[in-house]
Amino acid sequence: MEATADRRIATLARHLEASSLSYSQINNTISSSPTSSNSSVFAHLARAPEDPILGVTVAFNKDSSPSKLNLGVGAYRTEEGKPLVLNVVRQAEKLLVNDSSRNKEYIPIVGLADFNKLSAKLILGANSPAIQENRVATVQCLSGTGSLRVGAEFLARHYHQRTVYITQPTWGNHPKVFALAGLAVSTYRYYDPTTRGLNFQGLLEDLGSAPSGAIVLLHACAHNPTGVDPTLAQWEQMRQLIRSKGLLPFFDSAYQGFASGSLDRDAEPVRMFVADGGECLVAQSYAKNMGLYGERVGALSIVCKAADVASRVESQLKLVIRPMYSSPPIHGASIVATILKDRNMYHQWTIELKEMAERIISMRQQLFNALKSRGTPGDWSHIIKQIGMFTFTGLNSKQVAFMTKEYHIYMTSDGRISMAGLSSRTVPHLADAIHAAVTRVV
Amino acid sequence: MALRSANSSGIIRRSYLYGARSMSSWWRNVEPAPKDPILGVTEAFLADPSPHKVNVGVGAYRDDEGKPVVLECVREAERRIAGNLNMEYLPMGGSVNMIDKTLKLAYGENSDLIKDKRIAAVQALSGTGACRVFAEFQKRFSPDSQIYIPVPTWSNHHNIWRDARVPQRTFHYYHPETKGLDFASLMDDVKNAPSGSFFLLHACAHNPTGVDPTEEQWKEISYQFKVKGHFAFFDMAYQGFASGDPEKDAKSIRIFLEDGHLIGCSQSYAKNMGLYGQRVGCLSLVCEDEKQAVAVKSQLQQIGRPMYSNPPVHGALLVSTILGEPDLKKLWLKEVKGMADRIIGMRTSLRENLENLGSPLSWEHITNQIGMFCYSGMTPEQVDRLTNDFHIYMTRNGRISMAGVTTGNVGYLANAINEVTKSA
Repeated sequence: MEATADRRIATLARHLEASSLSYSQINNTISSSPTSSNSSVFAHLARAPEDPILGVTVAFNKDSSPSKLNLGVGAYRTEEGKPLVLNVVRQAEKLLVNDSSRNKEYIPIVGLADFNKLSAKLILGANSPAIQENRVATVQCLSGTGSLRVGAEFLARHYHQRTVYITQPTWGNHPKVFALAGLAVSTYRYYDPTTRGLNFQGLLEDLGSAPSGAIVLLHACAHNPTGVDPTLAQWEQMRQLIRSKGLLPFFDSAYQGFASGSLDRDAEPVRMFVADGGECLVAQSYAKNMGLYGERVGALSIVCKAADVASRVESQLKLVIRPMYSSPPIHGASIVATILKDRNMYHQWTIELKEMAERIISMRQQLFNALKSRGTPGDWSHIIKQIGMFTFTGLNSKQVAFMTKEYHIYMTSDGRISMAGLSSRTVPHLADAIHAAVTRVV
Repeated sequence: MALRSANSSGIIRRSYLYGARSMSSWWRNVEPAPKDPILGVTEAFLADPSPHKVNVGVGAYRDDEGKPVVLECVREAERRIAGNLNMEYLPMGGSVNMIDKTLKLAYGENSDLIKDKRIAAVQALSGTGACRVFAEFQKRFSPDSQIYIPVPTWSNHHNIWRDARVPQRTFHYYHPETKGLDFASLMDDVKNAPSGSFFLLHACAHNPTGVDPTEEQWKEISYQFKVKGHFAFFDMAYQGFASGDPEKDAKSIRIFLEDGHLIGCSQSYAKNMGLYGQRVGCLSLVCEDEKQAVAVKSQLQQIGRPMYSNPPVHGALLVSTILGEPDLKKLWLKEVKGMADRIIGMRTSLRENLENLGSPLSWEHITNQIGMFCYSGMTPEQVDRLTNDFHIYMTRNGRISMAGVTTGNVGYLANAINEVTKSA
């Protein structure tokens, strides 16, 4: 405290010497001004609440317990509980570092051209007629979030309908992304708490009563946070309903390959919609399936009716991007392009991806078995029926708080756990915690 | 079967059965967007087959062979970090390590504000991203405010505050007659603006004019800002790049800080570390105390989260490594000086060439101006002639990116400029 006061006095003294006007003269002139330099124009700000998802990791980091478990944010962990950089990614990075012809120049506003082409092929399929007919506008964006936001801003400017329908529940960041872009957010029923599965009837009713042309956000696979996906037959019914009402599909594809282990299988719903010749938007992320989280790599594709439309759409997307961040970051996209364009590396990637998906599926099975063997009350089959990184346990926020306090288990208060954060070693601890929560807290 | 029926219910049934093929595009009314005035120049340049073509358009540094440069300190940093770390998400506010070092560059190595934790700062997507997050923040927390923008300025500044829905005003800056600063009008505008107005200032190496206030002028501007209680937002995209000395280039900011202003600042590593495509920068706001800084930072994060969740890690890691390792930092300072010196050399050379050609006009401003850009004073028509007759590419406001000038092309460039201006 004293040192601070000394420094302040020293600064003041310097000021008095250097200034041509006396400090008191300046002070007198400004004391009557509404915003003198002593008070901040932002003094009225309140501190924002922690992000509900990322805040979990903040809390986890503060905990000193040796048995603490982070099942909050959806980032993959190995059996040893460590973050994973895929071997094929390290390979790609080495190639890039050693290539002295590479520079760090600005890439185009729309991102790397080969990255964009390869990303579109990845989600839509190499033989997609939409691609062959040049009807797809693809722009590199900052992972899934960035792709969603750029798409939302584009829709707010150029689309005639201002409402987007999101699932109930959905990823916590979805509502803000769309709202800040200037769209109104409505919900459609999705998760059925009694079955811990899909409320298909409610979904059809809600989409059926949406105004014609409304935007519909669809999770391409591995629904976040519930892990509940429609079957292909249900997807087909949804497609027919959506097309008959002229609703505009906006796919969020954050887990392609990560859900079932197969890239093609996880892309089926998206391809179904593109196959009928209609238009849609797709936001892709490489955060999970290539483990490139912090590099912020993703792509937004807008599938249009005609090539000249796609070209105009791309030009307008640039106008959204330029005043946001001028152009996207080069590093992550370079890694992706390197891998996707090389047959061997691509193959290597599919193998590592399948391993990650299978480890998660195995964790589901182990957790289910552990709860069964403890005789934990309730039906826990949803753990093995749900798919992808997350399980919507059905635990309520009181039970979650209990698990955090007594067992140092960190998860979001909606009862979502990231299976990627589990290992064979930690499954028993989690099972104990769930058992205790369910039997002691209501 | 109502498949062939022409009435509306038939059409609906047909589309239900066949999918969406019969409907027309939702986007048929989408107009083709105009090309970005700056980035469009490079596109046109790349498409030109002429062997004499010169690109003095976009502000990206080139060496004397006209090639892009990756700084040696950057290459070495890449080698040191390759294979060592994971790619986990950074916190929403970005890399704390990178931010700490970045603030020291702007605010001073021994800044009290840093020691007292009075600066709210987040990692941003280079300068653009920092300006945009600030503009959104300004809209949210000072909703009745406007932004005063100098005339002229980087064209994207207008887009940024427009997209953030902050109304814009302008203030006088460039004096076309002297090709220098219109100081008197600038001060009038500062005095006449309502108290507590928000101003965008270029900390050094004004883009596009290269015209900076002198130290004395900055002091007067700062004093007048105090009188009026104005908010100063500094866009510092060229620290180190202007004079070759980062401390010197931060002088305007330091003057304001000494006068007690609670400033905002956007910093970019695109040019001074050559990290263009990595998109690394920082947005900082000086607050009254630590508690306020924590609150402000939390609100800045709330703006980033629905835009891109968290910023990219790679570029931040490079910056932290370079600034954190003494040998690399020393190398960086040397390389930044080298870039600035080459540009200063080219300014001298271009001016001398024009004078030796016997140009009737004065070209003093080429060496008076500072940083990457020279506001030549050429008209759009003269620029068009340069492009069409001489294959020289620059933005139509007559802005020359000195970084694109080399010993190899300065003679050709001078000759062309002389040709199109000698009868002016």
